[in-house]
Amino acid sequence: MAGNPNKVGGPMGKAMGKPPKNKNAGKVFKRLMAYILKSYKFHLIFVAICILISVLASVQGTMFMQTLIDDFIVPLVKSENPDFSDLLREIIRVGSIYAIGILATYTYNRVMVNVTQGTLHKFRNDMFTKMESLPIKYFDTNPHGDIMSMYTNDTDTLRQMISQSMPQIFSSAITVISILSCMIMLNIPLTLLTLVMVGIMLTAAGKVAGQSSKHFVAQQKEIGSVNGYIEEMMEGQKVVKVFCHEEESIEKFNELNDKLFHSADNANKFANILGPINGQLGHMSYLLCAVFGGIMAVNGFAGLTLGGLASFLTFNKSFNMPINQVSQQLNAIVMAMAGAERIFKLLDETPEVDDGYVTLVNAKREGDKLVPCKERTGIWAWEHKHQNGDPTTYVELKGDVVFDDVDFGYTDEKIVLHNVDLYATPGQKIAFVGSTGAGKTTITNLINRFYDIQDGKIRYDGININKIKKADLRRSLGIVLQDTHLFTMSVKDNIRYGRLDATDEEVIAAAKLANADGFIRRLPEGYDTILTGDGANLSQGQRQLLAIARAAIADPPVLILDEATSSIDTRTEKLVQDGMDKLMAGRTTFVIAHRLSTIKNSDCIMVLEQGRIIERGNHDQLMEEKGKYYQLSTGK
Amino acid sequence: MVKTLLAQVKEFKKSSILTPLFMLLEVVMETFIPLLMASIIDNGIQVEGGNIRHICKMGVFMILAAAIGLYAGVMGGKYGANASAGLARNLRKAMFENIQNFSFSNIDKYSTPGLITRLTTDVTNVQNAYQMILRMCSRSPASLICAMVMAFSINTKLASIYLVAVIVLSSILALIIRGAMKHFSIGFKQYDNLNGSVQENVSAIRVVKAYVREDYENEKFQKASATVANIFSKAEAVLAFNAPAMQFTVYGCILGISWIGAKMVVGSELTTGELMSLLTYCMNILMSLMMLSMVFVMVSMSIASGKRIAEVINETSDLQNPEHPTYEVANGSIEFKNVDFSYQNNGGEAVLKNINLSIKAGETIGIIGGTGSAKTSLVNLISRLYDVQKGQVLVGGKDVREYDMEALRNQVAVVLQKNTLFSGTILENLRWGNKTASEEECQHACKLACADEFIEKMPAKYNTYIEQGGSNVSGGQRQRLCIARALLKNPKVLILDDSTSAVDMATDAKIRKAFAEEIPNTTKLIIAQRISSVQNADRILVMNEGEIAGFGTHEELLNSNEIYREVYESQTGGSGDFDEGKEEA
Repeated sequence: MAGNPNKVGGPMGKAMGKPPKNKNAGKVFKRLMAYILKSYKFHLIFVAICILISVLASVQGTMFMQTLIDDFIVPLVKSENPDFSDLLREIIRVGSIYAIGILATYTYNRVMVNVTQGTLHKFRNDMFTKMESLPIKYFDTNPHGDIMSMYTNDTDTLRQMISQSMPQIFSSAITVISILSCMIMLNIPLTLLTLVMVGIMLTAAGKVAGQSSKHFVAQQKEIGSVNGYIEEMMEGQKVVKVFCHEEESIEKFNELNDKLFHSADNANKFANILGPINGQLGHMSYLLCAVFGGIMAVNGFAGLTLGGLASFLTFNKSFNMPINQVSQQLNAIVMAMAGAERIFKLLDETPEVDDGYVTLVNAKREGDKLVPCKERTGIWAWEHKHQNGDPTTYVELKGDVVFDDVDFGYTDEKIVLHNVDLYATPGQKIAFVGSTGAGKTTITNLINRFYDIQDGKIRYDGININKIKKADLRRSLGIVLQDTHLFTMSVKDNIRYGRLDATDEEVIAAAKLANADGFIRRLPEGYDTILTGDGANLSQGQRQLLAIARAAIADPPVLILDEATSSIDTRTEKLVQDGMDKLMAGRTTFVIAHRLSTIKNSDCIMVLEQGRIIERGNHDQLMEEKGKYYQLSTGK
Repeated sequence: MVKTLLAQVKEFKKSSILTPLFMLLEVVMETFIPLLMASIIDNGIQVEGGNIRHICKMGVFMILAAAIGLYAGVMGGKYGANASAGLARNLRKAMFENIQNFSFSNIDKYSTPGLITRLTTDVTNVQNAYQMILRMCSRSPASLICAMVMAFSINTKLASIYLVAVIVLSSILALIIRGAMKHFSIGFKQYDNLNGSVQENVSAIRVVKAYVREDYENEKFQKASATVANIFSKAEAVLAFNAPAMQFTVYGCILGISWIGAKMVVGSELTTGELMSLLTYCMNILMSLMMLSMVFVMVSMSIASGKRIAEVINETSDLQNPEHPTYEVANGSIEFKNVDFSYQNNGGEAVLKNINLSIKAGETIGIIGGTGSAKTSLVNLISRLYDVQKGQVLVGGKDVREYDMEALRNQVAVVLQKNTLFSGTILENLRWGNKTASEEECQHACKLACADEFIEKMPAKYNTYIEQGGSNVSGGQRQRLCIARALLKNPKVLILDDSTSAVDMATDAKIRKAFAEEIPNTTKLIIAQRISSVQNADRILVMNEGEIAGFGTHEELLNSNEIYREVYESQTGGSGDFDEGKEEA
């Protein structure tokens, strides 16, 4: 929050009693309105008209009070034979206007439902689509809890604001204007008196709302830290138990919890007392008008009649109500603006850049030439539409990966891979070993362009990978990642994630290949068992088997296994490996592992240390060298 | 449920009682004020020549009433905030404390995100509902009744219009709420699922990108989000009848009262002032009713939350300390006698079957076995993370159920397979093992766990800040820190559950060597996939599908145990060079 929160509102702030506000709030508000208007311009115009009708209907009802006493009751009281037919007609007239008002009220409420839900729907979809397009770096640098809270808390505050605050403010504004004009018509001195009281109310509201917003902002912060702590402790609950750390964690929690309590207490206190203060000030305003108006009416001053006074007093009351209501909405608006700002920030993030134009197509051989085709042939080709206007060429995808003097760092300041040269010829199984943090995973993350290199070149079948469309590049690489993630859907669908059009038979075949078929069949619903919570009810090893099946079904030209079997026992691993080797015959496989058995039969093993390749060769060669590999594998 | 929740009001009982009282006082004042207003008009203005003295006198009363109303309103607001924020605090506290008492199987029962939701969103819902109940549930009915009483005291005939209006409006509102709640209850479930899928995408973003499934996920999400929007639209479309229904009754009352009232004024049954007062009460009555319906909606939405909270508070740990616990574990010997074990929430299928096992103090035991062979389940019984269904587990010659749980766990240290570091410095993390450990002791433990080398290379060394979940250290580094943390307990039994899987072989060997030399008297159980991690152990336990398939030294097993030999061969592959290297080692 910018500025001194105690100094409520600047010279401009008085009017609405603005709370300490974000500098960008105005900009954010404009953008939010533009966002809503883009899809719902006509809806909102329609809503505005309906609100106008609804308010006018209600105002004319208030005006009727004056006519009721002055034009009907007083003359009727005086007349010898009171004739009520005029009054009846008047009541029918007012009643019809009321009916129109009610209809308008319903219509705008109903339309606003669509506007609110539609806008939220659009926001969610835009956020999600945007999120999916962002580079991995975004997820590395933003706490996942923060990302989540945009979908939950921030969208909730927006809902509150769009569905309630916006129509409320608009109708209040119309009410205020129309009532003000009625009051001016009725009696100017009393109007001035009312305005003075409104000024006092607004100042008071501003003061209180300022305090309240300050505490609400603090509360939001405390909620964040309490939630963060809860999340961390719940994730590590089993460790807490094993270390008997319960009391300490309770102690720390209580501290944070108490802080949250204090800010929540204060925030709600100030929000709660806003109503009574405005309400009673409203009564004072009413009283003052009654007293002065009474004196005026008794003395016949300024032509004020008794009925006029009665009407005025009703106006006075109706005038105070919208002001009270709007000031109650202030907190909601402040919070919504903060939420909208965060959401817009996400929407403004730069998506992953993809300048690639080389695409991957299925191909078949016609003579010596490769010809693109629709069906799956087991042969893939890179469709290279040369930018200099040369005719399109087709290069067979073989899995020839070359690193030429590659430097890389997650940040520009800290280079983690130095001068990496690497050649993987098609059909080879290339392994990376090295101590933790040596840069093994990093290398594979460069091949599929999760990150872009700082210097050097990576070529894939002779094509610079920067020229290949990211989606096609990744489609050509099957990856089993170090951290296994499964989705909330059936086992079958989880495996099918690798290739969406795979048949059930293919799914089962892939599961068999990955040696997962056995345990899947023992699950309560077999292949239709729905996995939840990232496959929470499976063992670590079983989850890895599923991840391997998922990669196997994709039948990728190049496969990267990053510690894919670390939690699988070596006997099972052997079976899985044989299956995968068969699948990948003639194609390129990259393997990262600590376990010797995983990598031993590789054609080429690269030993990495601190971001450099220090040894390369097959198992036998490296053992002979008696270098780092020998050390690592023999434990000496 | 209500009882459980209310029990947590505790020190905020005073606030909880005062809030409705002040709200009542405010309502009384609010009812008074229109009365005084009527009197100003009737006896001050309408009398011949006016009665300024009466106006002033009533004015003073009115100011007084407004001041009292203001005081009551402010105090009500203050205490209401205090009571509800306080209840929220106590609920969080009670849940958190009880969760700390949960056994592993209790934790398994509630998922982690489930517990988080209960502690956060659900508490907020209950907090808001409680504040509503305290403030509005006293205010609205009181205001309704007061206004009704006043209306009836002015004119019974006219006031009965309100009675009709109240009945009409409340039946409409009841219909609306019923219709909306039906959709809302489905909607919230869908909404949870939607957010669940976002969460999943955030954490699995690498998988999504690696498989180029962005479009697929977008489509999936858009479908789900359309469903959510659809259901909520339906629910809110029903709620959209609220405002017009309200207007309908208010307008109806105004017209009705105006018509009949005018006739009565003409017939001198009613004064103009009284007519105006009646019209004022109209708003009071119907607004209160509206408020009540809002409270009702909010409260019914929070009932589900309340139930979920109560469930956690009332959950009792299925592991209880014995009445006269033993605090000292005599030695590190371990014995399993006819042990059967199953996870209760896993359909009760036996995970461990008839396990008999005896381990001497100070022995190093390697445990090896296939995926899902119950290695972890076996060791979890030793520190009594779960209770056996049949048979006995003895540590130091005593059944684990006879020990004080904290004492047992302090002397039986486990490094879990799925381990976690917490945000804080490395030293703070290490001191989880022993609060009072000196820096030297911590360094020593790290040396044993081979963690000192990388810690020394870090900019702030032992004061380096570890991010939540240990995300700024690599998997292998994390594992070594976790081992060091366990070593600081100076335990009699040390269990490593696949705790060096991300550590390279050389370091792994170094750690085992340090164990053998530095903590010879500690019984060490090492679960591993790598044969090299266990082959030098005193004895090796081979697990297969919940049963012991073999137990003996490396050589014995190599000769007699099929499974072990297969595992061994799969890892060494009979490569001559490698085996020679091994022999030398």
